[in-house]
Amino acid sequence: MEKSIKRQTRIRNLTIYAFLGLGSLVMAIPYLWMIVTSFKPIAEIQTYPPSFFIHHPTNLAYQDLFRLIPMARYLLNSFFVASFVTLANILFCSLAGYAFAKQRFFGRDKIFLLLLGSMMIPWQVNLIPGFIIVKKFGWLNSFYALIIPNMAMAFGIFLCRQFISTIPNDLIDAAKIDGCNEFGIYKTVIFPLIKPALATLAIFTFLAQWNSFVWPLVVIHTSSMRTAPLALSVLNSQFGEKFGIAMAGATVATLPVLIIFLIFQKYFVEGIALNSLKGRQF
Amino acid sequence: MPKKSFLKELSEQKYAYLFIAPAAILFLVFVLVPVIASLFFSFTEYNVLSAPKWIGLGNYKNLIFHDPRFWKAVRNTIFYVVGVVPPGIILSLLLAVAINQQIKFKNFFKTMFFIPTITSVVAISVIWKWLFAGEKYGLINHYLIKLGMQPVDWLMNPNWTLPAIMIMSIWAGLGYNIILFLAGLKTIPLTFYEAADIDGASPWKKFWHITLPLLRPTMVYAIIILTIASFQVFEQVYIMTAGSEGGIGGVLDSGLTIVAYLYDMGFQKFMMGYASAVAYLLFAAIFVITLINMKVVKSKVEY
Repeated sequence: MEKSIKRQTRIRNLTIYAFLGLGSLVMAIPYLWMIVTSFKPIAEIQTYPPSFFIHHPTNLAYQDLFRLIPMARYLLNSFFVASFVTLANILFCSLAGYAFAKQRFFGRDKIFLLLLGSMMIPWQVNLIPGFIIVKKFGWLNSFYALIIPNMAMAFGIFLCRQFISTIPNDLIDAAKIDGCNEFGIYKTVIFPLIKPALATLAIFTFLAQWNSFVWPLVVIHTSSMRTAPLALSVLNSQFGEKFGIAMAGATVATLPVLIIFLIFQKYFVEGIALNSLKGRQF
Repeated sequence: MPKKSFLKELSEQKYAYLFIAPAAILFLVFVLVPVIASLFFSFTEYNVLSAPKWIGLGNYKNLIFHDPRFWKAVRNTIFYVVGVVPPGIILSLLLAVAINQQIKFKNFFKTMFFIPTITSVVAISVIWKWLFAGEKYGLINHYLIKLGMQPVDWLMNPNWTLPAIMIMSIWAGLGYNIILFLAGLKTIPLTFYEAADIDGASPWKKFWHITLPLLRPTMVYAIIILTIASFQVFEQVYIMTAGSEGGIGGVLDSGLTIVAYLYDMGFQKFMMGYASAVAYLLFAAIFVITLINMKVVKSKVEY
């Protein structure tokens, strides 16, 4: 009896490992294929049968990638935009989150509700007027267009407000008695206490911005202002049949976020859980 | 607590307004105004160069009664949603339950499935375009041939364009839903399973009678989110169907979805009013579907 149960568990575990192992392989193959192709000479990319083994590895595709197009500049553009937007969100969302969570002012709850409601509006609705507004401001083809509209996302404000609500009022009152003004309280009490939430917000914002495609596609038309995903899309249409360069581009655009993700995985997963809690309130 | 003086309160309110000012201004200019402007544009003819011309319900009438390309996009999108949501949800649920067992390498598996979630959809699409390459050089076709099947001209054959994009999207979306389901599975008390063990319930029975019902809230959330996201599918379509001629939608518009159509109308043909009407129809559709989703769920939760 005992033995048969043990064997049953073993078979069950084996099935689970086989299922997950096969799944992991299916997840990995496209990435492996991307990296392998990017290091293959053109002749090998076109040989049949396709193979994961590289006979004569070369970094020619990477050389081409950085020589034929200013890929370094594009990566830098993406990095600059993503970093700037992330810092702005940390500051603006935490400030607004503090006000919505702990301060009393006229129209507070109505404004917050409006903000929450706006998260349900599909982005396509804002796309065309957003483009027209940016055009009217003369921001097309500039960092302004990529950065300013994204500096305070509703999700970030919501996240900060949730977190700050859990901070006891006593702490804030104590700081007040010590003579802190509201900005002092924000700096010495609130900000240090919500760092975990801000870390989550930072990872989310950075990744979202790094991978953002539609908005840059709409507001950037000059070559020098392209972000990494835009560059990839151009590579895709210009060098459509030269898969080596396309795969090198995809590798270069994926690697930075992959590293960030592997380092900060914990915050990211927590963020999704928070996200789902938010969703359940609707 | 002593009553605050009116002046003090005002000065505190001043700080509050100062704190929300940056977010509020951005919200006003880039969210609130656009939502209203979009509605206005949808009743006009507008090509950006000249002022919008009011045409009432003209755009909507045209879209609904005289635009076969729009309906093609709607049909394609519905096909896409139906083909992506159920398999995506079922597969990620099974994977999450498997990962949730007492096994080793949990984190490794989680990470493997999650990586596409952090990869840009553009990069993923570029990679899969190569995987789906039509001739025998394409890796997927190579494996099909090995399995004794016919190779498929995935992105060039109108019948296979959308299924190819769907396969990729299901693959890319697994990780996000697995994380959601794992969070949901954690909320199920272990005592339920222990009680079932005492009763001698099989793993399948436990899954069917404990896991599934108690996971319903998570499931609903995951289904709603995935449905909404699938209705808005664009980047995959843009990368995988845009030929070198700059068109969008693929052979015979076989991959044209609603948002791809919106982009084509708005930003390639500069019919901004018309595209705004498409956006509002999509908004309405998503709103109605979400309401139905929530209603169905509520009625089932309160049995």
